[in-house]
Amino acid sequence: MRRGLAGALAVAAAAVMLIGAADDPSDRLKSPAEESRARALFQQLRCVVCQNESIDDSEADLAQDLRRIVRTQIAQGRSDDQVRAFLVQRYGQFILLKPPLSPGNATLWLTPLVLVLAGGAYVWRRSRAVRREEPALTPAEEKALGRLQAPAGAKEAPHSEV
Amino acid sequence: MARGRRVFEGRGRMIAELGAFALMLALALSMGQTALSAAGRLRHSALLQGAGEGAALGAFIAVLIAFLALMDAFIRSDFSVANVANNSTTTEPMFYKVTGVWGSHEGSVLLWNLVLTGFGALIVLFGDNLPRALKALTVMVQGLLAVLFIGYTVFASSPFARLANPPVQGNPLNPILQDPTFAIHPPFLYCGYVGFSVVFSLAVAALIEGRVDAAWARWVRPWALTAWSFLTVGIMLGSFWSYYTQGWGGWWFWDPVENASFMPWLAGAALLHSAIVTEKRGTLVGWTVFLALIAFTLSMLGTFLVRSGVLTSVHAFAVDPTRGTILLTIVAAAVGAAFALFAWRASKLSGGGLFSPVSREGALVLNNLFLSTACATVLLGTLYPLIRQALTPNNPISVGPPFFALTFNPLMIITLLIVPFGPLLAWKRGDLRAAAMSLRIPAALALACGLVALAVMQPRMALSCAGLALGFWLIFGALAELAERSRVGRVAAMESLRRLGGLPRGAWGTTLAHAGLGVFVLGACFESSWKLENAQTLSPGQTMSIGAYSLKLDSVTPIDGAGYSAEHAVISASRNGNPICTLSPERRTYPAAAGQTTSKKSICVLGASDLYVGLDDGQQNPDDIHAWVVRAYWYPWARFIFIGPVLMALGGLISLSDRRLRFSMPQRAKAKGGPLKTEPAE
Repeated sequence: MRRGLAGALAVAAAAVMLIGAADDPSDRLKSPAEESRARALFQQLRCVVCQNESIDDSEADLAQDLRRIVRTQIAQGRSDDQVRAFLVQRYGQFILLKPPLSPGNATLWLTPLVLVLAGGAYVWRRSRAVRREEPALTPAEEKALGRLQAPAGAKEAPHSEV
Repeated sequence: MARGRRVFEGRGRMIAELGAFALMLALALSMGQTALSAAGRLRHSALLQGAGEGAALGAFIAVLIAFLALMDAFIRSDFSVANVANNSTTTEPMFYKVTGVWGSHEGSVLLWNLVLTGFGALIVLFGDNLPRALKALTVMVQGLLAVLFIGYTVFASSPFARLANPPVQGNPLNPILQDPTFAIHPPFLYCGYVGFSVVFSLAVAALIEGRVDAAWARWVRPWALTAWSFLTVGIMLGSFWSYYTQGWGGWWFWDPVENASFMPWLAGAALLHSAIVTEKRGTLVGWTVFLALIAFTLSMLGTFLVRSGVLTSVHAFAVDPTRGTILLTIVAAAVGAAFALFAWRASKLSGGGLFSPVSREGALVLNNLFLSTACATVLLGTLYPLIRQALTPNNPISVGPPFFALTFNPLMIITLLIVPFGPLLAWKRGDLRAAAMSLRIPAALALACGLVALAVMQPRMALSCAGLALGFWLIFGALAELAERSRVGRVAAMESLRRLGGLPRGAWGTTLAHAGLGVFVLGACFESSWKLENAQTLSPGQTMSIGAYSLKLDSVTPIDGAGYSAEHAVISASRNGNPICTLSPERRTYPAAAGQTTSKKSICVLGASDLYVGLDDGQQNPDDIHAWVVRAYWYPWARFIFIGPVLMALGGLISLSDRRLRFSMPQRAKAKGGPLKTEPAE
C-alpha cells in the first residue's frame, strides 16, 4: 500500500510538473488565427488520462496526441464543433470540460438558476409581507413619536457613530 | 561507538512512543471533556463543567506533545518511524524536514487534531462571556469532534508506526511540495477549516439548549471571522503557490481540491453577513444556524472527500481510499447528527423575521442568496461527475472551468454589484436614493476607469473592461462608505478627520475587506485577459521577445543544490534596450525522487505585474549547438490577485479587534441593559 501511495504521488506530481507544453515552438500552426482557435479548444478539452487537466496544461503523451489531432483538423479547415464532435465520438463526453446542455445534464446547468430564482421569490415574498404587516403610523402615533423624539433633537441619521 | 549509537536510538525510540502515548492520552481526555461537560450541564455543576474544561486544555497539550514528538522524529530523521522514512530524507534542508510533518496524510491529520483541540482550548480560555450552560455544551460538542478525529488518528492513521527494519535513507517529501509557500499553506488552511468547528459546536450547543438569539449571533461572529480570515489567507497561499511554481499563469483551476476549500469560504462569507442580521435585527436565526453547521460540514467534506480519492484532482497528494472511507463515515456521522438535531429543533427557533427589501438587512439577505447559490453551484459542479457516474457508469462526463465560468461568474458579478450599497443603507428602512446619491461619484469614477481601459488596452476586450470597472466600483464604493460616514465635503476637513478617527474598527474592517475584493477582481480580470506567453528554442546568446520585453539567454550552467542538481540559466531582460532585470530559471533533478525533474521558474516583479521565465528540456538544434526551450510569460497586475485576499483577511482581523466584537463584549452589553441594545452597525 505504501508503494502504491508513493506511486500515486509520483504520478500526480509528474502530472502537475510537466506543464506548459501546449505552446511548443515547433508545433504551432502557421496561421495565428488558427493557432489561437486551437489554443481555445485545448482549454475546453480534458486530458482524459490525467487527474484533472485540460490538454492545454498537460504534457502527458495523450495530451500531445490530442493537441496534434486538434491542430491537424483545424488546419484541414474543420470547424470547432466538428473537432469536438470527432473527439467525443472517439473518447466520449468525458473529454469535454464543458458538459453539453442535454436532458441528462439539465440538472447541472439549471440548478443554479432554479436556486437563485426560488430563493429570490422566497425573499421577495417575505419582504412584501413586511409592508402589509407594518402599516403606517396613525396620526396619534405620529404625534406620540414626535413627543418622544423632541428631547433628542434632530432626526437620527442612518449612520450615527458611537 | 556502537554503544553511543544504541543510546541515541534508544532516546529516539522513547520520544516517538511518548508521542503515541500522548495521542492516546488526548483521546481519553477528549472523552473526559465530552462526558464531564455533559454531566456538568445536566447537573448544573460548576465543578464538573470546570473539570470538562480542564480536560479540554489537557487534550490540547497532549496533542501538542504528540505533534512535537513527531516533529522531533522528522528533525532527527528517525527512519524507524514509518512516516518519517516515507516523507523525508537526511539531505533535505531543516525547514522542509519540519514542514514534512504535515506533508503526509498521517501528519496532516495530526495537524488537524492539533488545531481542533487548540480551538477547544480557546473556547475554554476566551469563552467566559458565554452563558454557563451554552459554554458547557459547546465544549462538549468540540470534545466529541476531537474524540472522532483523534480516535481515527490513534486507530487508523497513527503517525508513530514503527518499521522493523529502518531504511538508511528515507523517501523524500514530494519535490514540488518543497517550497516555502506550500509549507505554510496547510497550517493556515487548517486553522480556517477547523476554526469553523467552533461555530459548528456553538450552533449544535444552541440547538440542544433550544435557544438561539441575537446574543448567540454575537458570540458566533468573532469565531466565524477568525476562521474565515485564516481560510482566506490559506486559499490565497495555495493559489499563489500554484501560480508561481507551476508557471503558465494558473492560479485557479476549479479543481476539486480548490473547490473543497472555496465552498467553506463562501459559506463562511455568507455566515459572517447573516450573523450580522441575526445580531442586529434578531432575524434570519434558523438560516444563520444552518450556515454555521454547513460551513464546518463543507470543511470536513472538502478535506476528506479529496483525501479519500473519491474525487480525482491534480493536486491530491495524500490519497488513501480505505482510510478515506473511514473518514467519510466519521464526517457523515457528525454531520448527520447535527442536521437531524437542526431538523428537529429548527421549527422552534423564533425569529424567521420579515424585512424591507431596501434596508441593510435586505442587502445582506441578497448577499446570502447569491453567496449560498454560488456555494451550491460549486458543490454541484464538483460532485456532479460522481453522481452521473453512479447513475450512468458507461458515459462519464467532466465538469471543468468553462462550466464555472458560465454559472459561478454571473452569480458573483451580481453579488459584487450590490456590495457597495449594503453598508450605505440603514437598518429596517434604507433610503435607496440617498445611497445611490452617495455612490454616484464612485460609479462615475469606475465607469471612467473602464472606458480608459477600453481605449488603451490591446487587444480590445469590452467584457474585461467591464470587469475592471467592477473592480474599481468595489474599491471606490468601499471608500464612499468612509466618506459618507465622515461627512467629507459637508463638514470642515478637521471635523471629517475627527469623525474618521472615531469610526468603529468594524467599519474600517468592512471597507478594507470590500476594497480587497475589488483589488482581487482587478487583478483576476487584468491577468486573465491580457496575459502573454511565448516559447522559443534558444541557444546561449540568442534572444526572444514577449510584449515590450526582450529576453536574452546569457548562459546555462550545471549546479548542485540541496537535494537536487540543476541546469541554471541566466537570462537578461530588457525593454527598449534598457536592462530591466536578470532572471535565473532552473531545471532541477531530484536523484532521491527517482530522477524526477521540476522546473524552477524565475520571476521578475515589475510593480504589480510579473515577468516570468521557465526553462525546459535542452535539445540539439540543427547546427549541433545545445539549445533550451525558454518559456516566457507576462502576467499584468497578477500580484493584485493575491494582495486582494490579504486585504480581505486584514479587514477581518481589524473587525475582530473591534471593541464591540471582542469575545468579552456581550457581558458589557448586558450590564448596559441587555445584549440586544441597538448599536450602530459597521
